[in-house]
Amino acid sequence: MDLPVVWFLLIAVLWTGYLVLEGFDFGVGMLLAILPRGDKARREKERRLMINTVGPVWDGNEVWLLTAGGATFAAFPEWYATLFSGFYLPLFLILIALIVRVVAFEWRGKIDSPAWRGWADRALIFGSFVPALLWGVAFANLVRGVELDADHQYVGGFLALLSPFALLGGLVTLSIFLTHGAIFLAMKVDGEMRERAGTFAARSSVVTLVVAGVWAVWAQLAYSGKGWTWAPVLVAAAALVLVVAATRLRREGLAFTASAVAIVAAVVLIFGSMFPDVMPAFDPANSLTVDNASSTDYTLTVMTWVAVILTPLVLLYQGWTYWVFRKRLTIEHIPEATGLTFDRVVSRS
Amino acid sequence: MDALDLARWQFGITTVYHFVFVPLTIGLSPLVAIMQTAWVRTGNERWLRLTKFFGKLLLINFAIGVATGIVQEFQFGMNWSEYSRFVGDVFGAPLAMEALAAFFVESTFLGLWIFGWDKLPKKIHLACIWAVAIATNLSAFFILAANSWMQHPVGTTYNFETGRAEMTDIVAVLTNPTVLAAFPHTIAAAFLTAGTFVAGIAAWWMVRLVRSGDEERARDVYRPAVVLGLVTMLVSGAGVAASGDWQAKLMFDQQPAKMAAAEGLCETQDGAAFSILAVGDLTNDCAGVRHLIELPGFTSFLATGDFDARIRGVDELQEYYTEWVTSWEEANGVEATFDPQDTRFYPNLAITYWSFRLMIGFGAGSAALALAALWLLRRKGAVTDKVWFGRLGIAAIATPFLASAFGWIFTEMGRQPWVVAPNPNTSGVDGVWLLTARGVSEVVSPGMVLFSMIGFTLLYGVLMVAWFRLMKRYAVQGVADTEHDPSPEANPPADDADGTARPLSFAY
Repeated sequence: MDLPVVWFLLIAVLWTGYLVLEGFDFGVGMLLAILPRGDKARREKERRLMINTVGPVWDGNEVWLLTAGGATFAAFPEWYATLFSGFYLPLFLILIALIVRVVAFEWRGKIDSPAWRGWADRALIFGSFVPALLWGVAFANLVRGVELDADHQYVGGFLALLSPFALLGGLVTLSIFLTHGAIFLAMKVDGEMRERAGTFAARSSVVTLVVAGVWAVWAQLAYSGKGWTWAPVLVAAAALVLVVAATRLRREGLAFTASAVAIVAAVVLIFGSMFPDVMPAFDPANSLTVDNASSTDYTLTVMTWVAVILTPLVLLYQGWTYWVFRKRLTIEHIPEATGLTFDRVVSRS
Repeated sequence: MDALDLARWQFGITTVYHFVFVPLTIGLSPLVAIMQTAWVRTGNERWLRLTKFFGKLLLINFAIGVATGIVQEFQFGMNWSEYSRFVGDVFGAPLAMEALAAFFVESTFLGLWIFGWDKLPKKIHLACIWAVAIATNLSAFFILAANSWMQHPVGTTYNFETGRAEMTDIVAVLTNPTVLAAFPHTIAAAFLTAGTFVAGIAAWWMVRLVRSGDEERARDVYRPAVVLGLVTMLVSGAGVAASGDWQAKLMFDQQPAKMAAAEGLCETQDGAAFSILAVGDLTNDCAGVRHLIELPGFTSFLATGDFDARIRGVDELQEYYTEWVTSWEEANGVEATFDPQDTRFYPNLAITYWSFRLMIGFGAGSAALALAALWLLRRKGAVTDKVWFGRLGIAAIATPFLASAFGWIFTEMGRQPWVVAPNPNTSGVDGVWLLTARGVSEVVSPGMVLFSMIGFTLLYGVLMVAWFRLMKRYAVQGVADTEHDPSPEANPPADDADGTARPLSFAY
């Protein structure tokens, strides 16, 4: 296999890692707006319970995105340049969302005040919702093709990115991540929240099945042009059916695995339907392909060595992290708030 | 303003802002690791309390550094797509390596460190903060390797067919003399920042406690932190100076126009003086520069080690670059991409001149304070009740931050008009260069850049206020009176045994 194809696959792997892992982070983040119940104090405890299920891992999960970005820059500079300058506004919104999300995670508990936490919660919800929606829009546009000129520059403008197919793609990632997050939560907590998250997943998985199913078949019929990509469509569909069944039976581990498989299949469908293009153009002559967008053989060789050595290590120590924090959390595990207040600076001397 | 100016402003704002937080993270994570090591090795609770105290400040800072770092990676493609096309084959490699080799490590192990106090054996938990500390420093290396390539492209050829730079030697890129000097310089500056931060806060607290009669606690907890901070400042201050001197010599060789502009040197001179104060008329025209105070021969010495060496001035360099670019394009049959007669081949004089001096001034000031403070506290167990000492400690915290900011403004603005600076002699490769004006995205309208710039700037402003208030609030809180050993070694086994859930040692 030649190196540009290897890197096309590697970038698909990086995106898979990102969407599977950060997908449930986004889901949990969005569910902060939906799942907590009870009086004020109880809701606050429940929010903290939810946030702490992803607390130790969200940061490491996000690095899959930065690595996918860096790898695209290194292996396919033309793709990186056209994509990032072309999808300017969606990426700007995603950046704003990711920024507020990061600081909200780390700063939320630092100040013990309802107003402060309120802002952090809004940031977490917004910061999870926007990327969950927009990554789907972006990928759907890559599947559908965009308007590139002869210099491979994106000339379609912002509104052209909002076709019905692309918007439906946004709903697909949104609903997949909501379900994925709810399943993760049910798998990671115990008590009332486990039950509530399980119920939510059982319902949302049906919506996900419908939305994702329609989109995948649409993508396959209208844009893929390849017979073999029916395989990921069918795998995704089967996996999502399994998610519906497993969430009903409250088989959390099975549901999570099936949900992850569905995301993997979606990435295979997206990248498979693009191939050999990395960014299909409406006029095929202008498309960016694995060959015309890639770096030189030398650079790809160097990067292949780096990736081959380091990626298994990353999987190893990230896997270990999940092992260390494998225990289910309950509301009793959440300690009293330790934040300070801005009200009065207490002097102890 | 056109898209180019706006994109440059945006890059300047987001980069300087990002680098407010980065040096503190780079320097403070090893210092916290050292404190925790002292705790694990001696079992003295003082070091656990200090670890927790400075660890909280580190985490508040870490978050915003991570958040603003994402923008850095994305904006090359968003605002500088033509730059990205030109350099991607070379420049992308260290960025991708950074993510794979360093960023994964620091993010994953930071999560383990924050949440793992009661889950991991003491030594494994300690290893986690060291992994974070080493990875943040490794991150800096890859990013600086990428930046150094822009200052001095090596390991690369120019592909005449595609008009792109292509990597031929990754080892050359990673051992570029420019990065071998820039890395110790930046790391030393980061340690200077963190050392000043630790010493400043601890000094303020020490004075406060002594004055309130609690000399015992001042001596027990804060004095060791002050001394750790001051020694870090002193050592790193020397490191900054030594590596900076090396950089000056490289700059003379690699980017003579940056050197000349830094000195406001218009005419070529033998034994060029180091200007301490100069005034200009801000037209960026050499005719307006007047030097008021100078150290004779010192610029020549800094550049070459010889007080009488010849330093080329801006005027000669302008002619030199004009002639050289034209003849290179003619010789290689390359279509002219700009009019050399109409291009200024040196940077903005006032900005380059002053940012250079402010960098040196703020950096040297911070290191000098450390020396004076160590002298004052030289006796074993000495503490002080002098109010000015504490206040100076707090005020000093800002100086290395400012020095770093001016350092980046100097090195980036001083490279202009190039985004990838050419090597006008045999020290690097030929033909690999790019004017900043040619690197900007072609399809992004000025309105879009302006929109995103306003968005980032407003958000960054709000976050700066929140960051500052949080840091201040947690610094004022001081080190806890006692700190319970949270490790699994010191506690009964976890909750399953008796069926009750014990609260986590840390939760968001």
